[in-house]
Amino acid sequence: MPEPILTVAGVSKTYRNGPTALKTVDLSVQRGEIVALLGPNGAGKTTLISIICGIVTPSSGSVTVAGHDVVRDYKAARRAIGLVPQELATDQFESVLATVTFSRRLFGRSGHSDYIEQVLRDLSLWEKRHAKIKDLSGGMKRRVLIAKALAHEPEILFLDEPTAGVDVALRRDMWKLVHRLREQGATIILTTHYIEEAEEMADRVGVISRGELLLVEEKEALMAKLGKRQMDLTLVEPLAAVPEALARWSPTLEDEGHTLRYVFDAKAENTGIPELLAAVAEQHIAFKDLETRKSSLEDIFVDLVGQRA
Amino acid sequence: MNLHGIWAIYRFEMARFGRTIWTSLATPVITTTLYFIVFGSAIGSQMRNIGDVPYGAFIVPGLMLLTIFSESVFNASLGIYMPKFTGTIYELLSAPLSAVETVIGYVGAAATKSMVIGLVIFATAHLFVDLDIAHPLLMLGYLLLVAASFSLFGFCLGIWANGFEQLQVIPLLVITPLTFLGGAFYSLSVLPEPWRTVTLFNPVAYLINGFRWTFFGVSDVDVLACVAVTAGFGALCLATVVTIFRTGWRLKS
Repeated sequence: MPEPILTVAGVSKTYRNGPTALKTVDLSVQRGEIVALLGPNGAGKTTLISIICGIVTPSSGSVTVAGHDVVRDYKAARRAIGLVPQELATDQFESVLATVTFSRRLFGRSGHSDYIEQVLRDLSLWEKRHAKIKDLSGGMKRRVLIAKALAHEPEILFLDEPTAGVDVALRRDMWKLVHRLREQGATIILTTHYIEEAEEMADRVGVISRGELLLVEEKEALMAKLGKRQMDLTLVEPLAAVPEALARWSPTLEDEGHTLRYVFDAKAENTGIPELLAAVAEQHIAFKDLETRKSSLEDIFVDLVGQRA
Repeated sequence: MNLHGIWAIYRFEMARFGRTIWTSLATPVITTTLYFIVFGSAIGSQMRNIGDVPYGAFIVPGLMLLTIFSESVFNASLGIYMPKFTGTIYELLSAPLSAVETVIGYVGAAATKSMVIGLVIFATAHLFVDLDIAHPLLMLGYLLLVAASFSLFGFCLGIWANGFEQLQVIPLLVITPLTFLGGAFYSLSVLPEPWRTVTLFNPVAYLINGFRWTFFGVSDVDVLACVAVTAGFGALCLATVVTIFRTGWRLKS
């Protein structure tokens, strides 16, 4: 396996006079990967990102970015990092072009570059380059923050809650942007509490809850491993109770007896569906529709977090 | 050395000043004019010369420092306080900049602005009084040292402050009284005891007298002591800033 672009080893954080924000976390990310850190508000996602980016000092452990220790060799490590914060913190009176140029220079690069134009065009900000930031909409401001983070051509991009408080159209735009960045070979770590977002964008998903990184898995593997499927039979006549003959499949009755629901393990060799359907027919239970669906990351997440609670 | 980074901060700060350039320049011109009308013409005509120096000329160094103290502290403290306030400090903290580089950017810009304003006051004063500068180069050097020192002090203040009120309280309660009582507008020789001795414990008195010496070649206190106090104050502020960055105090959790 090639050298990972990001290695987090035994990192924890306890704030002074405060709770433990992060228990010992280990994480390794390969170049070109998109990893979503999924967790409820206050789970420790932002703390983890802030430690990697040098904004928060860890209580223990070490972080390496592009081969550079973020404390000992902070300059080289930080040049490789772009950070888009959660809050819309901007210099209101600066123009878009000035603030993006500022960011590029701050990270040690010359302000005269065609790259800035390209980033602004990619983010549909070029037309607005002379506008003052205070005159932009919230969605535009978030794009400005992304442009600032990309301005110095980082190797790894951190997006902290990129779509928090963003309308649906902009969220779709943001997803498209992430896909485009991925095609250009960028490595992206994003935090989110929207499962849909992790599902849409990520290659791997890490689940954080109460300062603990519960697991990091390939998204597909996670779905397959933990994913349950369910089959709903829409009945012609409602049932008052589950018949004895079906008890071994433990189905449940939903929708006031109109739906018979059977939850099964998607990865099991024998799903039990043919037998169940045969038994249903034997009991002369008529159904007019049959629907199966995969459980989403959301169900998995609720399961996981629920187990630990 | 991240020269581009220092340049980015310096330009950003100068652009901030540029947005208020007219008020920034008009204020010292108007204030200086008012001081000269009051102290120079109205009261000054009743005043004896201090040594060989006419009173109107005597107050010019104090007048310049009075504004340079407050402008340096105000601009440098606001420069670092605003990013903390708006949240844009995240970018500074995550940038590949050392403490020294950051300070050069912010303090350099604040000191530049103070220097410009100081020279505007000097030019305005020229309209009212004749000024023969005894040591022009030392005068500029001293001005730079004072502007840089107070900008460093303002930078510490901006990091320490948790609100706009705290930003104003130190200049108002400490710097302005020490300046007025440090002989900005009078010679220490006119003070009766014990006030003359008490004033010798006021560090600002040394700053003012050192600066005045570069103008007229005369000082109420030993010039070397003046330079030592001024440089010592600057070194103390610099050490404080470096310690703040090393420990992340009020900047990082």
